Amino acid sequence: MGSFGFPEFMFIIRAAGWTLLLTAVAFLIGGLLGGALAIMRLSSNRIVRSIASGYILVIQSIPVLMVLFMSYYGLSLFGIELPAFFAASLSLSIYVSAYLAEIWRGCIESVPFQQWEASSSLALTRGQQYRYVILPQAIRIALPPTVGFLVQLVKNTSIVSVVGFVELSRAGALVNQATFLPFQVFSVVAAIYFVICFPLSRLSRHLEKVMNAGRSH
Amino acid sequence: MPAVVIEDVHKSFGQNEVLKGVSLSVEPGQVVAIIGRSGSGKSTLLRCINGLEVIQSGRIEVAGHTMTEDPKALRDLRKDVGIVFQSYNLFPHLNVVENIILAPKLAKGVSDGEARERARAVLAQVGLSEKIDAYPDNLSGGQQQRVAIARSLAMQPKVMLFDEVTSALDPELTGEVLNVMENLAKGGMTMLLVTHEMSFARNVADVTVFMHQGKIWEQGASEELFASPKTPELQAFLRSGVH
Amino acid sequence: MGRFKFESVWAEFDTIMAGIGLTIALSVGAIVLGSVLAVTLVAVRSLAGRWAGYLVDAYVELMRNTPFLVQLFMIFFGLPLIGIRMSGDVAALVAMTLNLGAYASEIIRAGVDSIHRSQLEAGASLALTRWQVFTYVVLKPAFARVWPALSSQFVLMMLASSICSFIAVRELSGVAAIIEQNTFRSFEVYIVVTVIYLALALALKTGLLWLGRRLFPNTSGLARIEAKGSAV
Repeated sequence: MGSFGFPEFMFIIRAAGWTLLLTAVAFLIGGLLGGALAIMRLSSNRIVRSIASGYILVIQSIPVLMVLFMSYYGLSLFGIELPAFFAASLSLSIYVSAYLAEIWRGCIESVPFQQWEASSSLALTRGQQYRYVILPQAIRIALPPTVGFLVQLVKNTSIVSVVGFVELSRAGALVNQATFLPFQVFSVVAAIYFVICFPLSRLSRHLEKVMNAGRSH
Repeated sequence: MPAVVIEDVHKSFGQNEVLKGVSLSVEPGQVVAIIGRSGSGKSTLLRCINGLEVIQSGRIEVAGHTMTEDPKALRDLRKDVGIVFQSYNLFPHLNVVENIILAPKLAKGVSDGEARERARAVLAQVGLSEKIDAYPDNLSGGQQQRVAIARSLAMQPKVMLFDEVTSALDPELTGEVLNVMENLAKGGMTMLLVTHEMSFARNVADVTVFMHQGKIWEQGASEELFASPKTPELQAFLRSGVH
Repeated sequence: MGRFKFESVWAEFDTIMAGIGLTIALSVGAIVLGSVLAVTLVAVRSLAGRWAGYLVDAYVELMRNTPFLVQLFMIFFGLPLIGIRMSGDVAALVAMTLNLGAYASEIIRAGVDSIHRSQLEAGASLALTRWQVFTYVVLKPAFARVWPALSSQFVLMMLASSICSFIAVRELSGVAAIIEQNTFRSFEVYIVVTVIYLALALALKTGLLWLGRRLFPNTSGLARIEAKGSAV
């Protein structure tokens, strides 16, 4: 039985860095994809709408673990063997894209329909309506739930440890195997997650209060 | 050449027929007030004129454009028809001048400088020059509505539609909006207004149209219509004071 | 399509069924026990003192800001060291219950908070005890309002049961890993299991919708509190 000392602690901290990097990459790529999906979901074209909602429905109805495996093994079918980090980022991006698309679509739809009427009565095209009138308002509404989802993403990065990627949770499991000190090891791991997630959760709640206060009517 | 032609228009919401064959003609420079009980179809009729509601049959022509469902043609039509809503519908994330110059720049290709000139002019017209940089939620209801009117005027429309624009306002704020509308009328703007303000209709509108159960029940020169209503329904409506 | 060999997967039909059974059992168990825990937590917050409320808040924040996997590890690897030995399956159920209880308590609390003060005053003036007011005037309408959000959370927990495969629990994902090791047909196994999860999620969603209509009729007039992307 080893001891849980400084080297083990640094090992865990380094892995936490990977967790943050994974989160950032998945959020960026997933966000871009999710934005496109949200707009597709609201398209007047029935086929475009169905593709987007089908994708979103499937991803939201299966475990993140399966999204991971499907993209991992799906890629290897085409002979593409990605290094663990990229496979993990790709799978997480797919997961993020579906959830953000749904959140953002809800936010776009919660912009009052009168804003659509007023802007179309002023002879703006649909694209102009989105860009100058609807999206600026939707983005404000979207901030609290998006930050809230970021918390979920940080936690769900723990799942990529199954493909052997050493992020924070896997680092903890490895140190535990070496030291047999689960309380100490996993308390540290939990504390690190908490330190990352709790401020984000608070921020999300704060943004929501600010937004509700800002509604004068 | 009439400014607005509405010919035998039928409009239904699902199974419910709301407009049952409405015909109306408005000359340039005329001010037409549309009155009636809620559910009579008056707001729906107004909203058909700029295409916010789609008609099932009939013909509508406004400012030389024929009503269509084609998006591009509809946009061209809306460049010449302004509408002011009961709930003002200003863009909350933009300040007053940005609200006003957005559409002229995007839809009519007006340059930023010229758009701001227009904004200053229409704000002066509605008496709100000093509020040029204010945000909508810092304005009273009456001020927001006047900004909404200015926003439509900046597009230099040929016809202006007003959909119960004072109904959501506190009583002491309706006056400032009605004054603006009266000045517009005196300036020769072609206006159609759905309103509950009977004295405004009587004194400012050239023609008043009384709608009942989806049809034009009675119409005529305002003063005469109010003084001697011919149909029992209009008599009951004017007597009831339910406006 | 010739490269795929689904036969090796169908051959393990019994194993897959067992896996599905355990997933369902764990999910139903966690939903029932987690709901009891959640209501208890909400009751403590409403009826017990200030400090009890702080404790509940701390528990909820802890569960919501750490990953389910870490909670699972803590329970499975940590508890034996203080003498509480448990199998992987039991550890899984405990972890799922504790996690779901925390999320559900937040959702139900939002519902409880949305019950207008006047309802409480009406209850009190009818000489009901605090407990009776809580149960009949507050809890049932609160449940009705948050049923959509609560249902979403239940489905998310069912999907999260897949994480229990990390401690060798033989629910559906654990079983998939075993079959994959035996047959090396990775893609076939996982696509079959993915489709099964999809079916389970849709079935659970539909079932909960039906249950909501039966348990809470006449709720069309009440405001519904929408799920806001909560998760595990």
